[in-house]
Amino acid sequence: MSEHTLDHGHHDGDHHDHDHHHGPAKGIKRWLFATNHKDIGAMYLWFSFTMFLLGGFMAMIIRAELMYPGLQLVDPNFFNQMTTTHGLIMVFGAVMPGFVGMANYMVPMMLGAPDMALPRLNNWSFWLLPFAFSLLILAIIKSFLGISDAPNFGWTFYAPLSTKFGPESTDFFIFSVHMMGISSIMGAVNVIVTIFNLRAPGMTLMKMPLFVWTWLITAFLLIAVMPVLAGAVTMMLTDRHFGTSFFDAAGGGDPVLFQHVFWFFGHPEVYIMILPAFGIVSAIIPTFARKPLFGYASMVYATASIAFLSFVVWAHHMFTVGLPLAGNLFYMYMTMLIAVPTGVKVFNWVATMWRGSMTFEVPMLFAIAFVILFTIGGFSGLMLAITPVDQQYHDTYFVVAHFHYVLVTGAVFSIIAGVYYWLPKWTGLMYDEKWGKIHFWSSLLSVNLLFFPMHFVGLAGMPRRYSDYALQFADFNWWISIGGFWFGLSQLILLKILIDVCFRKKGAPATAEVWEGSHGLEWTLPSPAPYHSFTTPPLVK
Amino acid sequence: MTEQDARTQNSIRLAKRLGLIAVGMFVFAVGILPPMYDVICDITGLNGKTANEADSAEAAVVQEDRLITVQFLADTDPAMPWDFRPVERSIQVHPGEIRKVDFHVRNREPVWLVGQAIPSVTPSQATPYFKKTECFCFQQQELPGGDSKDMPLIFYIDPDLPKSVTTITLSYKLFNITDKVQQESQRVVVTTTQ
Repeated sequence: MSEHTLDHGHHDGDHHDHDHHHGPAKGIKRWLFATNHKDIGAMYLWFSFTMFLLGGFMAMIIRAELMYPGLQLVDPNFFNQMTTTHGLIMVFGAVMPGFVGMANYMVPMMLGAPDMALPRLNNWSFWLLPFAFSLLILAIIKSFLGISDAPNFGWTFYAPLSTKFGPESTDFFIFSVHMMGISSIMGAVNVIVTIFNLRAPGMTLMKMPLFVWTWLITAFLLIAVMPVLAGAVTMMLTDRHFGTSFFDAAGGGDPVLFQHVFWFFGHPEVYIMILPAFGIVSAIIPTFARKPLFGYASMVYATASIAFLSFVVWAHHMFTVGLPLAGNLFYMYMTMLIAVPTGVKVFNWVATMWRGSMTFEVPMLFAIAFVILFTIGGFSGLMLAITPVDQQYHDTYFVVAHFHYVLVTGAVFSIIAGVYYWLPKWTGLMYDEKWGKIHFWSSLLSVNLLFFPMHFVGLAGMPRRYSDYALQFADFNWWISIGGFWFGLSQLILLKILIDVCFRKKGAPATAEVWEGSHGLEWTLPSPAPYHSFTTPPLVK
Repeated sequence: MTEQDARTQNSIRLAKRLGLIAVGMFVFAVGILPPMYDVICDITGLNGKTANEADSAEAAVVQEDRLITVQFLADTDPAMPWDFRPVERSIQVHPGEIRKVDFHVRNREPVWLVGQAIPSVTPSQATPYFKKTECFCFQQQELPGGDSKDMPLIFYIDPDLPKSVTTITLSYKLFNITDKVQQESQRVVVTTTQ
């Protein structure tokens, strides 16, 4: 998706002559010193896809070990390192940078702006990421080589597992989280400033595309909670090395405090990973249903309500730590309340499709799969919200099934849908529809084979985060592993499609509108979009 | 030109403000949340921790018609090589009645060690009503290698204890803090010799 915009300055002769220094720089400098929102967006997206494949590779190791009961391939400590780093890389390396990349690429185009408001900050926020993840990946490589352990305490890094008992590489992990946190905060600042200051004349807040709205709210969530995560790892660091006792009971601290701080970050974090997905799907469904989005204003208010509620539900991750009854009830009801604005959204998407002239191109297929499968993940979330039954579901594969439905078939499917949807705009070339459909159906079938049976083994009591399990779970786990390998391999189809379009330049040229029913400022720009999106602001009526 | 500049100025000002919010949230997480958590736990007893200092043994009215079962648990951190057990596992007390119980410890190792016991009360709503006038958990406990001793706990239960509570479990976990104490004493030695 990146290479084509590189060539754009050369195609577009008069633009090139008129404004010579505005074309992209040559070679590696273009990327190292990138200040262009499309260059940075492309780097974010490729970074995200690389991390997705790396985190997926770790998931393959996990599923290979769990294919049969007993220990076959890896020892339990290494297994724990794989579950930990799989989670960290997917959350912070794949999903979050994927959405930030899409915001970089699309928000200026959707608002009628030439670029992001703070281009150099944008460069910095991207280039922190490779360094942050090198630290984490270095720990993993050392573990692969048998030199030392990678973090092995689960992606939630509960104290005292990560403080008193954490391996030496925990400090790598801590600084890695600090850097990715700073990166996210700067990215979020940039999005907010762009939205508040660079809207085209006439683009009032309530005319903004929903993707911009969801990102605006996500950016505020990021600014509010990423510093809390940084605080949590900082307290871990001082507990480990500087004699403080924030989370150490022996010195008067409390390990449960860690869980409160972590989930005060962690619950808004899950909405950080899903609100932009809502925005993408709200862009795609109206296009292929050829109807305007149903209930635009209610979508905006629902997004804001979800974001607000996300700050008062964190202890639903902690129903088993011994909260008082009043606390359990409060967090249970607040959590169930989130189903209301989320339901508003799902009904709005369905109502948008209702009696629309629907066609089923690949982005639409992924968007519809998102609506259905994300709703399944939402329902299992409602089950988990019920305190008395959570006592049984807690830390079982039911939880694993729940958050993979909302994160894989939710967040990841929406990113894939968005990539297919905007790829012609980014590159000027249509992707191969046939391969796209193969990718979709292969992913859809495999992802359900992978995650649906996890509900059953979870309800039957299979605990998460173990390298072994009781014999009665054997057959289900074999099928789950088959689904896992199949889903993993299916993503190589996406890699092929992206290489074809971005590097081999194969594909039919795309028109400016790309899709018959497309609507919005980004579709008024030629495909591929010019290096600087709107040099003169369009007038929005 | 000037409009462009004004826009850039606005952007930078807004970015700085947002950055301040982020810094504020970091300060909130590290500097405000942990003390706030401690205060909330002190008031409500949420995390089961009883007070760190002795309560006064005021002449409370003993409720003769009410009996509370108090169970004692004692265990040690894996890094603490002491045997640690309550002399009596369970007793019955009237609210307001002052009682003394003992916990027995024995150092299994041949070296001098320092321990710190951390209390936890279940159910947590009983925590503020569990009053200790003397407790071994108020101080660090030292034992030379191989020695043993009985450590006293003197307590009463506040008669205002909610009616729904009939059984209280008091659990102690004993941590090995020898290294920390030695480091601190070395630091003291260094500063005094200077």
